[in-house]
Amino acid sequence: MSEQRNDTKFINRQSFIELNARERAEVLFDAGTSRELAGPFDRMESPWLAMQGVTPQADDGCVVMKGKISGQSTVVIALEGAFQGGSMGEVSGEKLAAALDLACADNEKGIRTNAVMLLETGGVRLQEANLGLASIAEIMASILVLRRHVPVICIIAGTVGCFGGMSLAAGLASYVVMTREARLGMNGPEVIEQTSGVDEFDSSDRALIWAIHGGEQRFAMGLADALVEDDAQQMVEAVQRFIAKGVPAVHRSSEVALYRSRIAALDPSRQWDPKELRAAWKAGAAPEVNQ
Amino acid sequence: MERIEFDYPATHAVLKKAHVGVVGSGDLEVLLEPLDGDSAHVSILTSVDGFRNTWKAVLDRFFASYQGAVRIQIHDAGATPGSVLLRLQQAVEVSQR
Repeated sequence: MSEQRNDTKFINRQSFIELNARERAEVLFDAGTSRELAGPFDRMESPWLAMQGVTPQADDGCVVMKGKISGQSTVVIALEGAFQGGSMGEVSGEKLAAALDLACADNEKGIRTNAVMLLETGGVRLQEANLGLASIAEIMASILVLRRHVPVICIIAGTVGCFGGMSLAAGLASYVVMTREARLGMNGPEVIEQTSGVDEFDSSDRALIWAIHGGEQRFAMGLADALVEDDAQQMVEAVQRFIAKGVPAVHRSSEVALYRSRIAALDPSRQWDPKELRAAWKAGAAPEVNQ
Repeated sequence: MERIEFDYPATHAVLKKAHVGVVGSGDLEVLLEPLDGDSAHVSILTSVDGFRNTWKAVLDRFFASYQGAVRIQIHDAGATPGSVLLRLQQAVEVSQR
């Protein structure tokens, strides 16, 4: 990504972040090829939210669409960050896991079906705690099986970002695409502040949060594979590029020895500057840069 | 959370269903579907209690100019009356596309 952006092009772009989950999913497909599965009129709502005085949503905040990307059969699952922070409940989690499992069944029958997950989520939905946790475990198991057949592409566009258990799901993806506005992390800033104190992490310091959890830093640290502008076209191109690339020879999450050695090499007693950390952390190969 | 229901007379059939909006803070989700017969039914689930009269005023105004035989389901997360009316009009627009 060039620092000097083309201003006219940037102004005329279609923002990806401003789209809702359904629109984000749809824009990724080859025009006119997508259809929604288990949509709002199928009324797969959470049975647990109303009991707790929370208004449910007819699709439980999880949009599943099937169609073609680059002419190849693909399923796209998009979480709606505006509904309950994109949190994973029993129904939304099951929709995501089932979509991945159906893609897997297709691949095992010889019908190549790629998968794209658009993760805007704070993780488990606290109102459905254990059921949400169980479904995240299922999602992770499903990703591990599916990624043997096809690349599982994860997009974190923002502005909710991807946190909690779902950050682990993102970690299992074959490729992660982020924007500068997006964030990726296990514990969110407020959780860290609450558990370890404001000296450890000041959750009101937005510059600090983005310097650590932000897409630019995650890309520079090698935890994301592409950093794109908030531009639907760039997002489409990134997805097409990773579909064409296919299953990576080694998945990031399989490189246990590499990451252990990187952690071991860092001195945790000193305060690392995020920019300094990039160089200290990533002595190895640089990931692909999106132009 | 409160459930509110209203019925209105309708004069013409609607062919397509429409879904608009998100149950996000200050917003709402509208599901509009064709309904057999000569009436419209509105079912609201709202996170904010005690605004039945306001809902009635907004829907009276909406159905003053819309006579479709529809079932409308609303999931509301604290939308203002203006937002509600705009979402309803958007749903009609989508159903006529």
